[in-house]
Amino acid sequence: MAQQAAIPAIATVAPARPRPRWVRLVVYATLTLFALFYLLPVYVLMINGLKSFQEVSLSRMWVLPSSFSLDSFAKAYGKLAPNFANSVRLVIPATLVTALLGSVNGYILAKWKFRGADLLFPLLLFGMFIPYQSVLIPLVQFLQRAGDALGLSLYGTIPGLALVHIVYGIPITTLIFRNYYASVPTELIEAGRIDGAGLAGIYRHVVLPLSLPAFVVVLIWQFTAVWNEFLFAVVITNNPAQQPITVALQNLAGSQIVEWNVQMAGALLAALPTLLVYVFLGRYFLRGLLAGALKG
Amino acid sequence: MPRLNRDRILAVAVLTPSVAAVGIFVYGFIGWTVYVSLSQWNSFVPDLSFAGLQNYGTLFATVRFQADLRNTLIFTVTFLAACLLIGFLLAVLLDQRVRGESLFRNIFLFPMAISFIVTGTAWQWLLNPSTGVNLLFESLGLGALRSPWYTEPRTAIFSVVLAATWQLSGFTMAMYLAGLRGIPEELMEAARMDGASEWQLYRHVIVPLLHPVTLSAVIVLGHISLKIFDLVFAMTGSGPAFSTDVPGVFMFETTFRGNRFAEGAGIAVIMLALVAVLIVPYLWYGTRTAAEA
Amino acid sequence: MSWKARLSLLLSLALLATPVITGVQAGAANQLEIFSWWTAGGEADGLNAMFQIFKQRYPGTEIINATVAGGAGTNAKAVLKTRMQGGKPPDSFQVHGGEELTSTWVKTGFMEPITSLARSEGWLSVLPKDLVDIVSYQGEMYSVPVNVHRGNVLWYNKKIFDDNKLAAPTTWQEFFKVADALKAKGITPLALGDKNKWEAAHLFEDILAATLGPEGYRGLWSGKTSWAGAGVKQALENYAKILGYVNTDHAAGTWDSAAQMLIDGKAAMNIMGDWAAGYFTSKGWKPNVNYGFAPAPGTGGTFVVVTDTFGLPKKAPHRDQALNWLRVAGSKAGQEAFNPLKGSICARTDCDLSKFDAYLRSSAADFAKNKLIPSEVHGSAAPEDFATQFNDIVNLFVTRRNVANAQKALQAACVSAKMCRK
Repeated sequence: MAQQAAIPAIATVAPARPRPRWVRLVVYATLTLFALFYLLPVYVLMINGLKSFQEVSLSRMWVLPSSFSLDSFAKAYGKLAPNFANSVRLVIPATLVTALLGSVNGYILAKWKFRGADLLFPLLLFGMFIPYQSVLIPLVQFLQRAGDALGLSLYGTIPGLALVHIVYGIPITTLIFRNYYASVPTELIEAGRIDGAGLAGIYRHVVLPLSLPAFVVVLIWQFTAVWNEFLFAVVITNNPAQQPITVALQNLAGSQIVEWNVQMAGALLAALPTLLVYVFLGRYFLRGLLAGALKG
Repeated sequence: MPRLNRDRILAVAVLTPSVAAVGIFVYGFIGWTVYVSLSQWNSFVPDLSFAGLQNYGTLFATVRFQADLRNTLIFTVTFLAACLLIGFLLAVLLDQRVRGESLFRNIFLFPMAISFIVTGTAWQWLLNPSTGVNLLFESLGLGALRSPWYTEPRTAIFSVVLAATWQLSGFTMAMYLAGLRGIPEELMEAARMDGASEWQLYRHVIVPLLHPVTLSAVIVLGHISLKIFDLVFAMTGSGPAFSTDVPGVFMFETTFRGNRFAEGAGIAVIMLALVAVLIVPYLWYGTRTAAEA
Repeated sequence: MSWKARLSLLLSLALLATPVITGVQAGAANQLEIFSWWTAGGEADGLNAMFQIFKQRYPGTEIINATVAGGAGTNAKAVLKTRMQGGKPPDSFQVHGGEELTSTWVKTGFMEPITSLARSEGWLSVLPKDLVDIVSYQGEMYSVPVNVHRGNVLWYNKKIFDDNKLAAPTTWQEFFKVADALKAKGITPLALGDKNKWEAAHLFEDILAATLGPEGYRGLWSGKTSWAGAGVKQALENYAKILGYVNTDHAAGTWDSAAQMLIDGKAAMNIMGDWAAGYFTSKGWKPNVNYGFAPAPGTGGTFVVVTDTFGLPKKAPHRDQALNWLRVAGSKAGQEAFNPLKGSICARTDCDLSKFDAYLRSSAADFAKNKLIPSEVHGSAAPEDFATQFNDIVNLFVTRRNVANAQKALQAACVSAKMCRK
């Protein structure tokens, strides 16, 4: 029970009394109309991405393709593949490291309260709401200087960008884990303590085994956020060879020589990984959203 | 040393890297940005000599920045209103024991998984006045619905609101639906027993009960809309006569295209102040009640 | 200093999971690293053709072709700034002549003068003096121009003009007559796509040149012509009138979609730099057959120059090779190899014109005898911080058409960019 409160889900029991037929009709009609609205952009991207180059014309934007052709996707993939790979290289460390940090932080903030923790927590949380414009200029300077001082390339590279996502991902992941661990019964912790386990032991043997649902939520959240992010990426990676897919797509869409159906195919390609995550793990995705908003 | 004390120290030690990182990357960097915004660094070569509030004075006197503030206000209000209304409507409809509920829910929510850049690219095509939905309207015999969309300066910002609402109204739907499902059945039955009509039930029982949900949605969507950047950048840019320009886009162009770092920092500080006005009371109140609970 | 220790702990933690990539490293002695944003199409072919000539003349040198794509050079310029500030310059890099060279790199002390090289190679006698001035600062030359694009060209759909028995307008008065005739037939007279803002500024730049004349236009950048004066006022009024003849959906388009409107027969005229000719060629459109061209109205005898140049950064890792590269870039053979592929004309006036198409031949003829003036929109006439403000002011003007406000803003921008005093 307690854990469901921490990672909220939409209950499936629907309370309502039977309604007249015409009411149901209006309900379904309205829902269907809205569904069409939400599907509209995907429909356009899809049908035009699937048209052959001969068939592409702006005036026939809404017409179904007469035959399916993957030419546009192949061409878009040819242009975007290196950046797709960059995004993968970015997302893996940025997701895993932040999740680990968030789990440890959340555990301590929830179960090892110390003086000042109640002040520290909102200060930490503020970091997830700030407009990142307010840190960009020093961030660029820092990455350049720190990179030089340490003999690493941080500015302009995927590792540097991953570092940025890790740091700015700490507040949200800490929040989700803290709220989740807050609902782990204190008796479990006490029991561990009586068994002679310390902070680290209780984490390893008691808390971590219970953490899978929270990890799934956090990993999906971070994956989606980092994959889709644009501002840090466009400022920190100038060199196209190092740019993640969002920036490459923006360059492709702004380019004068690339056919617009290739741009549409590219947009779908960039959206594909997060869409797949959504389709297969949508329940957890939703819980992450609600956890971020409903604070416990 | 007793175990508990050792663990206390360990707890602080484990937290330290994260706290230090956030301390530097958030608070240290904000401090530096404020410092830059008070300097003369408005060319390629850094010049950090003190300029007082001169950059802020320049900004507020700039037509583009005035347009940005106006656009941010209009965008935030209409976007929030649209998301709350549509989200609530869809949640109520889905709460009517609808067949295929999860399918509808997924369709309403999937845009949230997509990058603003993809959304912007797609809606830029859809709302291009000479192609896009205008063509669709014509072929459906609905030519009257044709619109100049984002090329008409007076209404261009609403094209961006449309795209943003497409992406994020599913979020309010999900929050309201979770809220509706959390209302005890007995409460509603009791109201019905008292002879309340469905309208009165929603008006006097359900909506007030959902106030916390509304507040959360306003905070989350409000702070997103105050700092919106990617969507506008990918979809319309600053638009005709800055009709779709927002501080995020202006900051990016001023700083990283125009090399006017001090002015860019000034825009960033103002953005931060806007978000802080919304967020700080919420954080303060939210964490205090959490601590009391 | 304990935060440093904590920080490095954090850094090492973060980097544990990520492989470290290092940038281009200066390696062996016989290398030459050339930095540009010529990544695709004719531009890349042209650059390679110059590389071939370099390899024949100076064998045994490995050429590192450091190109950065995207955003019409904005990505590349950002990468370059990082490298220069970090003390890791390439051996030579592509830069637009004028302020983009001088105010960004020369005044800030990043460049070495190449005047003596220019003398010994005899460039001063084959490059127009106006062009040499554009790449010079305080009497020293800082880069060698390899090509020239023209900014002030009127393009028109030949079929529409022939069908309606119209001739290319040479003045704005004639333009309005032609435009009225087209409008009466239901044809959009002038195509514009200004989503990226610079396109509208480009059009205004040509109107400024027409209204002020070449000397008055030059004075805008030296402080001799006032932005608050009658000339600029007239240019703005002129612009407001011209805007009555452009497509209503211009805010949704870009320069190439405007060019496409000519091809699709949706508009009759377009004013754009001669990269538009490259776009027409790529769509199978031929000069004097499908499209016609003329100087933008009122700018006959004037040539708005957009020039790509190469310079010599201080601390170039392979300075001798870099000098050899500049020799190739400034040579007749190098420019004749590069320009027909790039779709531009030689910066030198002695190139063999038989290698160029009809449009480029006519452009080269004008270049040799016209007055040359620098383009503001393309980085030559004013520093970058003025250019971004200029774009903003014109963008606002296109909608509001408020002459007084625009003029006031232009004057203020001129002062804040330290181009004029007050």
